[in-house]
Amino acid sequence: MARTRYAPDRGLTTRMTVTMFLLGLVFVAFVAAIIGIMTAVHASGASIVLIALIFGGGSAIASLFYSDKIALAAAGAQLVEPKDAPELHAVVDRLCALADMDKPRVAIAPTRMPNAFATGRNSKNSVLCVTEGLWYHSGLTPEEKEGVLAHELSHVAHKDVQVMTYASLLAIVAGLLVRFAFYSELFGGGRRGGNNNQGGIPVVLIIMAVSVVVYAVSFLLIRLLSRYRELAADRSGALLTGQPSALASALTKVSQGMSSIPTQDLRAAEPLNAFYFAPAMKLTRGGNGGGPSLSQLFSTHPSLEKRIEQLAKIQRQLGEQTPGGLSAGPGK
Amino acid sequence: MGFLDVLLGRTKPVQPKLDDLFALPSAAITLQASTGFTPTGSGSVCFRSVEGKTFSDIESEVRDLLNMDAGKPDGGLPVEVTRDSYGYTWLVSSHLSDELDALVTDLHAVNSTLVDNGFGPQLLCTLVAFRDERERRLALVYLYKRGTFYPFAPLSGQNRDNALEIQIKNALADELKMEQDLTRWFPVWGAPGL
Repeated sequence: MARTRYAPDRGLTTRMTVTMFLLGLVFVAFVAAIIGIMTAVHASGASIVLIALIFGGGSAIASLFYSDKIALAAAGAQLVEPKDAPELHAVVDRLCALADMDKPRVAIAPTRMPNAFATGRNSKNSVLCVTEGLWYHSGLTPEEKEGVLAHELSHVAHKDVQVMTYASLLAIVAGLLVRFAFYSELFGGGRRGGNNNQGGIPVVLIIMAVSVVVYAVSFLLIRLLSRYRELAADRSGALLTGQPSALASALTKVSQGMSSIPTQDLRAAEPLNAFYFAPAMKLTRGGNGGGPSLSQLFSTHPSLEKRIEQLAKIQRQLGEQTPGGLSAGPGK
Repeated sequence: MGFLDVLLGRTKPVQPKLDDLFALPSAAITLQASTGFTPTGSGSVCFRSVEGKTFSDIESEVRDLLNMDAGKPDGGLPVEVTRDSYGYTWLVSSHLSDELDALVTDLHAVNSTLVDNGFGPQLLCTLVAFRDERERRLALVYLYKRGTFYPFAPLSGQNRDNALEIQIKNALADELKMEQDLTRWFPVWGAPGL
């Protein structure tokens, strides 16, 4: 087997595994708590949980299946044929041939903000979308644009839309439960009072409390996972093009462009935030530099410094005189 | 990509498949017999450069390697290096039209140097040019990652002669591993050596 320069990032892999493990743990604990509450008290809240599961699960699956159409509509993007945007298609063609992956459909969104996103449940159904601001007006060099596209294609290859949808499933259900429990307590509380009094505290209140905790914890974990997926996409994108510096400078330029954009555009871009190349919405930094701030904890994207630091590491790795003796065999 | 790779968000750079390239010389004979296209003797390797000195050193090493034989019988012309607007590097090797074996050997030398130095995943495609007596242009493009060939017949402007491409594909179906997925037949407009 040939030698390879493309060593896996064990640190990132470990952190991501731990995050996903914790998410799974929260899920199991949540289900166990709900079942426990149900069996302890007569199943007066069962219908609420069932409805939340059906609604939450249904909407998540639907959004997964229509993610490409939803995202395109939200961004007001149009699919473009090779004739309409030959250069964009040519870059995507080449990257897909390098990565040996199916070519996604390509779309352009009429937004001045320089950005890009990829969505779709699998590689056959995915769409890669760039904004006009990125492709025509951003002043990025061809290498930098290529880096952005490689990052987005990595999201497609990693099936990030699927992974994040499944990861968010729990938070969606928990969030719905909070709402349902609240309303049922508000409107149905008096009627059911007699039943619930056997258990002391009304069941719905317990369910609501558990759901709030679960929602909060899984929300933080999902954001953490999202940041790791971004780093992973940066990494795969940089390795694909062999130009980590180009991606780093694209990141810097795009992030600077972001801050000088009128708010109306930002608000319009909000629902798509998790799938963008750089976050369009910025929370104000807590604390004056130094230490992880609160905004970072809630952010869907890692900080610019962190992303650039990782790319610098890849640059060193690619420039090593002798590839570090790692075998190319699939080392799982 | 395996399930675990998806879960962990990692892609292994795809290693190129090199061996199928050697089927070209015999396929060229079939092509000439069935369609009248003959090799022009030039071919090229396209790869994505990696930033940094290590890679550019290897690049010049490849160039020197190929130029060692230039001028000798069978050696062909010195290689031409071009950088296209997409940032890819093309090494064009030119031989006489009946020296397809030597051309393929040249192309393979580029491949194996990159692979030996751990840059195999950077190889994009290789291209061998053909002409027929009506001066129609045709290239057989080899996709390293898939180990398959596809025809590319550019017309004037950015148009392709799809009918001719399908015809070539069918003519070579028994000789070469042709790419069955037509969406992978990406155009290489203005490719050097075509």
